This record gives sequence, C-alpha cells and structure tokens, in this order.
Amino acid sequence: MNLRIVPFLCAALALGLTQKTQATDAGNEVPNCALSAIDTTQQSYALKQFRGKVLYVDFWSSWCNPCAQSFSLLNEMNRDLKDKGLQVIGINLDEVPEDAKAFLAKHPASFTVMADANQQCAKDFDVKAMPSSYLVDRNGVIRYVHLGFRPGEAKEFRALAEQLLAENPVRK
Amino acid sequence: MKTTQHALSALILVLCACVPGCANVAPWERGNLAKPHMALNPDPMQSALRTHLYGSREASTGGGAASGGGCGCY
Repeated sequence: MNLRIVPFLCAALALGLTQKTQATDAGNEVPNCALSAIDTTQQSYALKQFRGKVLYVDFWSSWCNPCAQSFSLLNEMNRDLKDKGLQVIGINLDEVPEDAKAFLAKHPASFTVMADANQQCAKDFDVKAMPSSYLVDRNGVIRYVHLGFRPGEAKEFRALAEQLLAENPVRK
Repeated sequence: MKTTQHALSALILVLCACVPGCANVAPWERGNLAKPHMALNPDPMQSALRTHLYGSREASTGGGAASGGGCGCY
C-alpha cells in the first residue's frame, strides 16, 4: 500500500468526524423532546403530549434581537389561534437561566415557554440559526422550517399556521 | 532524505489529529459572541461616518472594515 495516501485518508476521516449527519427538515416527524417549564415549578413536558394540536415551536435566546422581535407575533398568534388548536411553544436555549428570566420580564410571553436545559432538544431539531421556527401539523409532522425572523414575515407565518389548523388529523 | 519524508508524514498526521478539535460553535452557544464588546467594530455609526468623510476627501471608498463577532442571528 502506498503510504503517501495515509495522511490524506486521516484528513478525510478527521473532517468527516466534524460533519453532522442528522437533520430535521419538513416532512420528518417532530422529535419527542423532554423539556421543563421555565418558571419555579420546573414542570416536565414532552413534545409528544401536544399531539393533535398544531405546534409552533420557536427556539430563542435572550441575546438574540430577532427573537425579541418575534415575541409580539408569537403572543398575537397564541391569543388569536389558541382556541382553534394552535399551541405556541417557545424553547429557551440560554446557557444562564437568569438571562432568560430577565428577558421575559422585559418581553412578557403569553404562550408556553420551556427551557431546554441540556440543549438536547436543539440538537434533535438540528437548530441551525437563532431564532428557528418549526410548524408541526396535528399528526406530529414538521411541515415548515424557518430560520430567523423579520417583522415583514409575520403575515406569512400566520397564514401557514391557519392553513395547518384547517387540516384534519389523520387517524392512525 | 528519507528521514525528512518521515518527519513530514508524522507532522501531517499530528496536524490531521488536531483537525477534529476545530468544532462548530452551535447557534445557541453564541451568547458571549453577541455581547457588544465582542464586536470587531465597537461603534458602527461612528465608523460609517468616518468612512463617508474619508470617501468624500479621497474620492475613493472601500477596504475600511472587517466583519466578525456577533450572534450570527438571522
């Protein structure tokens, strides 16, 4: 065997180890993450328990300006579409929980806010940007993935959520 | 000559072993990078004004800034 190719094989292997193979895209089933409430109760949740509802899962952090901008839309959607079956879930990814609490004091959230303490949920979703939003239909299938937030996109998000709410779940 | 080749191969192998140490910073781990004092340009407005004045005087612009830092938010 030609020994000259050994370093190149090592390099390819090493680079390969740094690449991720898992991805959560539209069409995949939503990961069943274990989350905890951000308040003092620290109640545990699993995303599976919301099956049958349309989920709007939003990953956010206190240091992310577009996340703060998106809170008005999330509050509005929760207020208007909750009764129709929409569950808005904000998953906080702050490394320091106090930062999230200070942020929530400044930007109150009327929707469900949970913490992903060990960031496993973010890894399962393969979050690529802050904020990242996932619209999940009543059957637990991710239908739309959106990276980032710009105020002009609020109408589009709402229309997509309403479209999913109009669909009936498939009984399995 | 052969010793040099072996030394070179060993060096490349060591460098290859270091490559997995170059990890991506996950989007949710950029809280410290998002802090204002981590920005390469501490005062973007002042820099923009200075660039504008410089461009007006010199009749040429560009090459005066570098990007970096920040939360990488979309």
